[in-house]
Amino acid sequence: MKRLAQMACTVSVMAFGGAAMADPVDDTLILNEDITMVTRTAAPAHLEDAVDEVLSGWLFRGTETRAMQADDFDNPGMIFVEQAEDVWNTAEGSEGKSCASCHNEPDTMAGVRAVYPKWNEAAGEVRTLEMQINDCRENRMGAEKWKYTKSNMVNMTALLASVSRGMPINVAIDGPAQSTWEQGKELYYTRTGQLELSCANCHEDSYGKMIRADHLSQGQINGFPVYRLKNTKLNAVHARFKGCVRDTRAETYKPGSPEFIALELYVASRGNGLSVEGPSIRN
Amino acid sequence: MKILGTAAVIAGMLTSAALAEAVAPTAVKYDEGTVAMSLSGAAGDPVEGRNIVGNKKKGNCVACHQVTDLSDVPFHGEIGPALDGAGDRWNEAELRGIVANAKLMFEDTMMPAFYKTEGFIRPGKAYTGKAADETFGPVLTAQQIEDVVAYLKTLKE
Repeated sequence: MKRLAQMACTVSVMAFGGAAMADPVDDTLILNEDITMVTRTAAPAHLEDAVDEVLSGWLFRGTETRAMQADDFDNPGMIFVEQAEDVWNTAEGSEGKSCASCHNEPDTMAGVRAVYPKWNEAAGEVRTLEMQINDCRENRMGAEKWKYTKSNMVNMTALLASVSRGMPINVAIDGPAQSTWEQGKELYYTRTGQLELSCANCHEDSYGKMIRADHLSQGQINGFPVYRLKNTKLNAVHARFKGCVRDTRAETYKPGSPEFIALELYVASRGNGLSVEGPSIRN
Repeated sequence: MKILGTAAVIAGMLTSAALAEAVAPTAVKYDEGTVAMSLSGAAGDPVEGRNIVGNKKKGNCVACHQVTDLSDVPFHGEIGPALDGAGDRWNEAELRGIVANAKLMFEDTMMPAFYKTEGFIRPGKAYTGKAADETFGPVLTAQQIEDVVAYLKTLKE
């Protein structure tokens, strides 16, 4: 009987040339047979009028892709985490320091990823994890800044994400961060480019549906940096934002720009409560 | 002689079609979201329209709409309504208006306007991510709009 149903499903898929199977799956992500990840939870209060539940992009991917992320030996993103561990222990710059000189082992950073972007009182600005890494490099190590989405930087954010896996995203949106958050929200709902598409058009109003061959997710960023099967490398969240805005036939913002920092804070806040998953696997 | 005469008439039509002035995207006359007159001044070609609807580099309408007649083209999206029977549901003027700028009939629709050149936020140069430049034009030409409309008219239940 089940086989018959599958056949009927296959036939209908063929009739419509591949569209179907659109809902997020009912599955649980258990990392390394140890950590149960929250991939589906009640929406944070600020999202109540928009969606009931927040869903990790993991639930929108195929069986094999999901399995690949569940085991670190199968997750190609972990290769880059290992590379970052070497860099973590390597002294650089005029001060002769490595990351380890101040922070010891990478797992002392558990929880950091979960609360970024975050207001920095001394600097008087909202900072992304990339900005904080570069602040360390310039001002504590006396080393060169890394380019915002280049491999050294993305690898290091993957290492920092990896030690927070399973912890809930919990970025602050009130207090001094609120105006940046509001700016990000404004951008999220702005229909840009010649195709006049906002983030919300696809990722709030249409998630779960197919757009051509792509299964639209909620556009959550709890899995960043993301190892994409499409380009077989780690992708930074601002690079992904840029690709999305480009696909609306718009002039994009730059990675590291105030606009994308604000958008990152806002989009991160839409995933408050989901587990940190980076480096995740997506297509 | 009759054949020659017909050929001459057809040649004359082609010439006048080629010479006919296309309506600029900024000069299209909408009446409650509908557009009565051909944008190119010529009739649409449903065969070319079918190609535009299914082609990722042209209209790519199937990115969001399912079309049973285009089942040879893989991966139809499901954002908008299926186009099967569109030719029964809408008349030509309605179809033209919807393809040219659907927001005039359906205010909050996600559907992009395919014959519009003004009023965008951060318009880009196609899919490069760079700012629009002097080459900026509508997503589809006037004749392509007519071709798509001609194809949609053939989609009867």
